[in-house]
Amino acid sequence: MTATAPLREAVPQSALFDSILELIRRTSTILPDDVVRAVTSARKQEAPGSNADVALDVIGCNIGLARDNSLPLCQDTGTILFYVHTPVGYDQLEFEETATEAVREATRKGYLRQNSVDSVTGKNTGDNTGPGSPVFHFHQWREPHVEVKLMLKGGGCENMNAQYSLPDPRLGGRDLAGVENAILDCILNAQGQGCGPGILGVCIGGDRGTGYGFAKEQLLRELDDTNGDPLLADLEKRVVEKANQSGIGPMGFGGKTTLLACKIGKQNRLPASFFVSIAYMCWAYRRRGANLDAQGNVSEWLY
Amino acid sequence: MALVKVTTPIDEETIRSLHVGDTVSITGRLYTGRDAVHHRIHTGTKPPVDLEGHIIYHCGPVMVKENDQWVCKAAGPTTSSREEPYQHEVIRDYHIRGVIGKGGMGEKTLAACKQYGAVYLHAIGGAAQVCANSIKRVDGVDWMDLGSPEAIWHLWVEDFMAIVTMDAHGKSLHQQVFEESKARLEALRA
Repeated sequence: MTATAPLREAVPQSALFDSILELIRRTSTILPDDVVRAVTSARKQEAPGSNADVALDVIGCNIGLARDNSLPLCQDTGTILFYVHTPVGYDQLEFEETATEAVREATRKGYLRQNSVDSVTGKNTGDNTGPGSPVFHFHQWREPHVEVKLMLKGGGCENMNAQYSLPDPRLGGRDLAGVENAILDCILNAQGQGCGPGILGVCIGGDRGTGYGFAKEQLLRELDDTNGDPLLADLEKRVVEKANQSGIGPMGFGGKTTLLACKIGKQNRLPASFFVSIAYMCWAYRRRGANLDAQGNVSEWLY
Repeated sequence: MALVKVTTPIDEETIRSLHVGDTVSITGRLYTGRDAVHHRIHTGTKPPVDLEGHIIYHCGPVMVKENDQWVCKAAGPTTSSREEPYQHEVIRDYHIRGVIGKGGMGEKTLAACKQYGAVYLHAIGGAAQVCANSIKRVDGVDWMDLGSPEAIWHLWVEDFMAIVTMDAHGKSLHQQVFEESKARLEALRA
């Protein structure tokens, strides 16, 4: 007699399952083109033979090896974040169940590390599932198709996230100067620990929870896009320029490339609150997406 | 700045000859050990392997069992600063000659490097495939009860490359970059 009911062994055979498994494989192993372009052009800024140059050379080799051998770019396959838009009436529960099974299968195949640990007992569930894992953000929309985006965000960079409440006597008041100083403070504190050159997603406003969530969603933007808000577009540019004059450099080795990009959004706030929430993303900026047809087949790959 | 080939286990004299900026190419045994391993050793449990002269790799690899053999799928460094509360004593008590990680460590570890003869070696964070390419075999594993990423994996590496960023002479590249970048960013404040 077995003590527990047998686990569901059979892998569900569905187009949706196959699509999500392939989305996970691509996200973990193939860096998006916009990120590859940014890393490649960063290397041209560094002095040949410097530690920064060596670091970016190794990063370039790593990107190629992971892609060619279909293996994880980074061993920390991170928090598994699904951002899903679905038509009205779509069964989101079924999506969640199927995607969770795909995560289990991707873990068995080694596309994902066993990354879900009970926060009190320290026990690893071994399959990346459990309370809070994977993470799903569902939104309805009036389009006829499903759009799924996946971000894998490693713990090293997640630990470098920071949230500021303005005014702060050290940083400034409730204005864009205060915001800018808060972001620069985050960059100083992160040094090389978030696996720079990094990319920042920033939210001005919101509450503490939604602020961090929206900051992370900024990382779904293309690296070379332009912010529709001219004030924020200016701030993004200024932050990157200043960060790259800090001398922190790739891996914190010293050098010219500290940030590849900064993406800033805003949410309304309470009169009493003014939060600046910053999500630090490592160079191994794994985010991909797909549009799915009614059967769950991929109709278009995103990024 | 030199390229220095070393074989583990390493003697103190070799370690003390290294300086910040040197690149080290390591061949031999490496043991992984990260948060849970350091915490467990620090709270009094003896490590299951003899660490004398060895290097601890701050790494939680992706391991998959294929045909009854562990295969390393990805193995870059993890952030070392989380081991700062423990590393000094682990260096002192078990005579390790170095740690490999990323992001650097603090003053307590730097002091241990100087006093007991050890170095901090920086691998390239996120470069899990380049690192894994140097891992030729997985020879064993201990403390799997901590979960695969936290276990002590016995790796055999050839020409594993890392840069000395904290040496046994009290010098830390991380301290230097922090001070310089702090001054520069202060001057750039809005």
